[in-house]
Amino acid sequence: MPIIRFAVFRFLSMLGTLVVVSALVFFIMNLPPGDYLSNLISELRATGQESGIAKVEFLRHEYALDQPLWKQYLIWMGFYPGPHGFSGIVQGDFGWSFEFDKPVAEIVGDALWMTVLVNVAAILFVYMVALPLGVLAAAKSKTWVDYTSAFVGYLGLATPNFLLALILFYYGHKYFNLPIGGLMAPEYEGEPMSMGKVNSILLHLIIPTFVIGTSGAAAMMQRLRANLLDELSKPYVDTARAKGVPPVRAILKYPLRVAFNPFVADIGNLLPSLISGSVLVSVVLGLQTIGPALLTALKSQDQFLAGFILLFVAALTLIGTMVSDVLLMLLDPRIRYGGRDR
Amino acid sequence: MREKRLIKVRDLSIGFGKGPALIRDINFDVNCGETLALVGESGSGKTQTCRAILRILPKAARIHSGTAILSSPTGGCDLLSLSERELGDIRGDRISMIFQEPMHSLSPMHKIGAQVSEVLCLHRGHSKRSAKQEVLQSFARVGFPDPERVYRSYPFEISGGMRQRAMIAMAIIAKPDLLIADEPTTALDVTTQAQVLGLIKDLQQETGMAVILVTHDLGVVANAADKVVVMRKGRIMESGSVAEVIDDPAHGYTRQLIAAAPVIPHEANPSCARTIEDPILQLQNVSKSFDLRGGGFMSKGGLVKAVRGVNFTIGRGKTFAIVGESGSGKSTVAQIALGARAPDTGGIIRFWPENGATPLEVQTLEPEEKRRFQRQAQMVFQDPFSSLSPRMQVIDTLTEPLEIHNIGIRRERQDRAVELLEQVGLSPSMLRRFPHAFSGGQRQRLSIARALALRPSLLVCDEPTSALDLSVQAQVLELLEDIRDRMALSYLFISHDLAVVARIADEVAVMRRGQIVEQAAPDVLFTAPKHPYTKALIAACLEPSVCQKIDLDAVATGAGNPQSWPEEYRFKDMIAPELVETDPGHFVRVAL
Repeated sequence: MPIIRFAVFRFLSMLGTLVVVSALVFFIMNLPPGDYLSNLISELRATGQESGIAKVEFLRHEYALDQPLWKQYLIWMGFYPGPHGFSGIVQGDFGWSFEFDKPVAEIVGDALWMTVLVNVAAILFVYMVALPLGVLAAAKSKTWVDYTSAFVGYLGLATPNFLLALILFYYGHKYFNLPIGGLMAPEYEGEPMSMGKVNSILLHLIIPTFVIGTSGAAAMMQRLRANLLDELSKPYVDTARAKGVPPVRAILKYPLRVAFNPFVADIGNLLPSLISGSVLVSVVLGLQTIGPALLTALKSQDQFLAGFILLFVAALTLIGTMVSDVLLMLLDPRIRYGGRDR
Repeated sequence: MREKRLIKVRDLSIGFGKGPALIRDINFDVNCGETLALVGESGSGKTQTCRAILRILPKAARIHSGTAILSSPTGGCDLLSLSERELGDIRGDRISMIFQEPMHSLSPMHKIGAQVSEVLCLHRGHSKRSAKQEVLQSFARVGFPDPERVYRSYPFEISGGMRQRAMIAMAIIAKPDLLIADEPTTALDVTTQAQVLGLIKDLQQETGMAVILVTHDLGVVANAADKVVVMRKGRIMESGSVAEVIDDPAHGYTRQLIAAAPVIPHEANPSCARTIEDPILQLQNVSKSFDLRGGGFMSKGGLVKAVRGVNFTIGRGKTFAIVGESGSGKSTVAQIALGARAPDTGGIIRFWPENGATPLEVQTLEPEEKRRFQRQAQMVFQDPFSSLSPRMQVIDTLTEPLEIHNIGIRRERQDRAVELLEQVGLSPSMLRRFPHAFSGGQRQRLSIARALALRPSLLVCDEPTSALDLSVQAQVLELLEDIRDRMALSYLFISHDLAVVARIADEVAVMRRGQIVEQAAPDVLFTAPKHPYTKALIAACLEPSVCQKIDLDAVATGAGNPQSWPEEYRFKDMIAPELVETDPGHFVRVAL
C-alpha cells in the first residue's frame, strides 16, 4: 500500500524535523545571557542571602546547567547521560520548572490536553463555518450573500481577538448566561471526569472557540471562495451541467472536490497561528491552557518549561501538516497516482 | 422520404451584461441524422450560439430573444423557455455536448467510469453497478482497447485524444437525438482528429443522431458536415448545403475564408536536389533524454528520449521546417538549436555567423559567447496572448532586448522600435499601447518585431500561427515570408500543420517520436511521400473541398503501431531503420 508507505515516510521525516526544531528552540532560548539560576544567584548575592546560593549551585549541577550548551541540549533531549543517567524528553522526563519549583510535567499536565481540546475545537469551528459560507459566497458571487459574508469575514479578521473575547463575554453572559473565564466551573477543577464536568467544559469552550477561530474562519472562507470561483469556470463544470447534473450537485460534486485541496492543506498552517493566537486569548480569558504558562516561562527564562512547551507546539504543528499531507493523498488521485505507470 | 426536423432555432439573440445583443437573428434547422456545421473565426459567436441551445452560457450572457424548438413525439418544447429543472432532463439525455478542451473537460478527481455512468444514473435511473456494463460497451464502441482499464482510470492517466474519446462515450451513452460538438478536434493532432471525426460519423450512422459541429476549420466542414452556417461577428453570413457553400460560396466572406485556408499542393513540381553551400545552422547527431521523476517516493523513474539522433542543416536565407504531432520532440529540437537546452553529449550544433566564417559550436559556448550567439538567433513563440507581458507598453517590449544587450542610447532604441513596427506592418502610433489593445494577429506581429529587434540572422518560429484564425494566419505567414526575403533571414520553422509548412518551407523534416522519419523539399514530400507516417499526416490533413474526402485507413495505418507499416519501414528490435537518401534530397527511414 503506497499510502501506508507514504504515511510512515512522512512520520519519520516529521521526527527528524522535530529534532531539528528542538535544537533551534533550545539554542534560541539560550541566546540571551544568563539563565534562570544564574539570575537567581546574582539576585541572592545582591540581597545578601548567601545561604540560598548553595542550594541553587546544587540545582545548577543537578540539571547540568554548568555544562557546555551543546551538552545541555543533548542531556535535555535525553541523548546524552546527565548527572542521573539518560533522563530527558525522549525518556519522558520533561525537566524541572524553577519558576514554579515543580516538575514541568506536573505544571503542563492538564493544560496540554486543554490546549489540544481548545485548538481542535477551534479548527472544527473554522471548517464548519468556512466550508458552507465559502461555497455559498462562491456560488452566489457578486450578490448580497457574497458581499455580506465577505463583510462579516473582514470584520472577523480585523477585530483584535482579545477585544472580541471581552465583548462576547459580556453579551454572552448577559443574554445566554454563558460562563465567564476559565475552561470549567471551579468546583470541577482537579476532579475526575464526570458528565457534569464534560458539560461544564463544553459550555466554557463556546466563547474561546469562537474567539480563536473567527479570524481563521474568515481567512479560510475567502480562500475557499477564491479557489472555488476559479474552478467554477473550468470546462469540466460545463460538462457536468451538459450531462444534466442538477446545479447544486454540479457544484458540490465536481469543483468543490478540486477546491478542497488548499482547504485541507491548510490544517498544518492553521495550527501554529491558532496556537500562538490563543496564547494571548488564553491569558485574557483565563483559560488553563499552556499559553499563560508559556508566557511566564519565557519572561523568567525558565528554560525547561518554555522549551518543553515550544517543542510541544512544534510537534502539534508537524502533526497537523502530516495529517493534511496524508489526507491530500487520500483525497486527490493526482497526488496519489502522480507517477503511476501509464 | 421527408426529413424529420429535430430542432428549429429562430431569431436567437444573445448579449453580454447590459449591452446590446452581439449575436443577432440566428436561424437554422437541424434534421434528424444530419450534421450542421457552424463555422466562423474566433469572436464570431459560434460557440455561444451552440451553447445557448443547452443554455450553458457564461454568467454575463443574456439571451435576449428567440426560440429553439426541440421536436419530440409528444410535440415540441422551447429549450430557451424551459425551467432549469426541465432542461436538466434534456441535457445529457436528448441533447448532449462535447467541449473543445479534452484536457479539462473531465473532472480530474473522479474516475472516468464514474463520470460516464453518471449520465445513466441521472437519466435512466441506473445504479452505478447496473450502468457499468453499458458504459464498458460504449467505451469499446469509441475504440478503447481495454474498457475495464479506462473505467478505472483517472483522466490525467490517459492522453488528450483518449480523453476526447471518453467525452464522446459520455455524450453518446444515453443515445441522444442531438450531439453538439464544440471544436471537438481543435486541440488534437491531425491524425487523432481524423479518427475522432470518423468515429462521430460512424456513431451517427448507427444511432441516427443529429450533430451540430462547431469549428473554424473548413477542412473539417467539408469532410464531416451536410449543412453549413457561416458566422461572422454574431451574424449569419451564409448558410446552405456543404456542396453549395464550400464549392460555390455566394458570400464574399466565405470566399475569403476558403481562400485563406492553406492547402497542400497537388501538382508535382520537382526541384533538383540542392547541396547547401552556405549553411547557417547545423545539428549533428543531436539527442536529448529527460529523466522521468519516478512514481511515488524513492522509486526510480525512467529515461525518456525526446529527441534521437537528429541531423539537419539549414541554408542561409532558407526555411527549414520540422513537422510533427505533439510529443514528437520538435519543440525540444527548437530549444536545442537556440542553445536554450543542452543536447546529450555527442550532439553538435554549429552556427555560422556569416558565409565562410568559422562555425560556433553552440553546445560548448561560454555564457558570454552564448549571449552574443543569442543576439543572432531569436525566437517567435506560439501563443501571442501569453508571450507578451500584459504590463509592458509596446515600446518597452520592443526596446527591452536592446537594453539587455546594451545597444544604443534611449533615443536610438526608440527609433529602432518605430522602425520595427513599420517592418511588421503596424503603425508607430501604437507605441504607447498595451498588448491587450491588440488582436491576436497584431500581437503575433509584435512578437515578431520583438524577435527582430536585435537584427538576428536566424529566427526559430515555434508554431507561430497555430493560435491564430485562418485569415490572420495567412497574413502572418505572408509577413514572415516578406521579412525573410527582405532581411535575408533564415528560419527554423516548427509546426504541426502540413499546409502551413507547404507554403513557407524550402525543406521539410517529418518527426515522429524524436526521430526524423522523412525529409525532403515540400513539393517532393507532399506529392511523393514515402513513409507511412508522412502519408498518414497528409491524408489526415483536411481540405476545404467536398471532393477530397479523408482516407481514414491511411491515417489509421500510418499513425498507428509501426508493426502495421509495410515491411521495409518496420522497427527491428525497437530500432527504426536508418535514414537513407532514396532520391536526391529525399531522405526516408527505410530498410532497403
